[in-house]
Amino acid sequence: MMTNTGNRITQGQFSFLPDLTDAQITAQIEYALKQGWAVSVEYTDDPHPRNTYWEMFGNPMFDLKDPAGILMEINECRKTFPNHYVRVTAFDSTKGWETPRMSYIVNRPRKEPGFGLVRQEAGGRQIRYTVHSYATDKPEGERY
Amino acid sequence: MANPTDRQTLSAAAPAAAEGAAVDLEAAFCDSHVAEVLDALDRDLVGLKPVKTRIREIAALLLVEKLRRQVGLEAGPPALHMCFTGNPGTGKTTVALRMAEILHRLGYVRKGHLVAVTRDDLVGQYIGHTAPKTREALKKAMGGVLFIDEAYYLYRPENERDYGQEAIEILLQVMESQRDDLVVILAGYKDRMDRFFESNPGMSSRIAHHIDFPDYSAEELYAIAELMLERMQYRLAEPARAALREYIELRRARPHFANARSIRNALDRARLRQASRLFERRTGRLTKDDLAAICAEDIRASRVFRSSEEEGAP
Repeated sequence: MMTNTGNRITQGQFSFLPDLTDAQITAQIEYALKQGWAVSVEYTDDPHPRNTYWEMFGNPMFDLKDPAGILMEINECRKTFPNHYVRVTAFDSTKGWETPRMSYIVNRPRKEPGFGLVRQEAGGRQIRYTVHSYATDKPEGERY
Repeated sequence: MANPTDRQTLSAAAPAAAEGAAVDLEAAFCDSHVAEVLDALDRDLVGLKPVKTRIREIAALLLVEKLRRQVGLEAGPPALHMCFTGNPGTGKTTVALRMAEILHRLGYVRKGHLVAVTRDDLVGQYIGHTAPKTREALKKAMGGVLFIDEAYYLYRPENERDYGQEAIEILLQVMESQRDDLVVILAGYKDRMDRFFESNPGMSSRIAHHIDFPDYSAEELYAIAELMLERMQYRLAEPARAALREYIELRRARPHFANARSIRNALDRARLRQASRLFERRTGRLTKDDLAAICAEDIRASRVFRSSEEEGAP
């Protein structure tokens, strides 16, 4: 994570690739809708890898036939949070249980400061390691 | 296809030299399979002459526009939002369904489904509720047709804090900016719709096609009844035909007449009476013919006949 070029966080699908274009995003949504999955848009400014639950931008979208509606919502979210992480998640509820089947980032902050390695000394000269996002040093809403 | 001679003949519009283009049009017409939908429209819907003519015109325009784009003549995407006006039961929803299919076959909408909504689906109950509701309906309709039944209820001039206006504004915005993604069809009574457009000029100017659905004549209603019975695999006994014609005459003169919908309801009630008649008698074996036949008494038992004599409650 800290050694990847450009210091871009790599979470979800396609995150090692250059940013997806709108046409590529549409094609991915098209696939998700064809499988009968519900697509939702989420955002956050805390990119810690264990931060699983991002804020929902509106409800998940059920019963949609065409990706245009979701792209409209993505663009709306990008407009509201131009400097946050925005991701698209596709939920599969067709089997009775629910699980995300797809998840990919569609918007990133202009500058991603990345993560630092934190060493904590514990008893018996033991060392605990963890990662810390530099962005979260600032309060929510002022991070990027 | 886009060779220079073609382009010349098109721009010169010389009838003698139009043969090259005519071949293309024919091929494109066959390719799009629009003919099937148009024929089905003619076959399945009784009457509605002006509506059918208008739909044919629109289909022709869309097809020609598609060909024009192929040869590089740009006129911008055609405006497709429509308004269907007419009394209840004149086939507005049915035609909207067909329209969605025509648009889909010609490639003007991507999916070709129809989402039918009314005021309740668009307008919220409290502040901040309307926008997400309207947007959700719009999102569901993307790639297809959004059919807003009784659209004039969106606008309530008597209550200036009504949230309907907000829904109209969002609709207008999406109708304008995402013309490629969805087609909006408004429907309702003619006079109320006219008043709605008067007070919402923005809406009126964004709707390209106004189609008026005429009421059915008695003859057409009878044809519709026969068509419905045929589809439900029923058969009118000989005396029942006269009874049905009489019924249609009487029913038309009564209040709350909803054209084809009233006929369908009448037929449903006739089926009910036929079933109970068969059930009451319950003697002997019933033939297939007995089960399919609707008799005069099934129709004559209707309240419409009774109250025409005594003028009582319907």
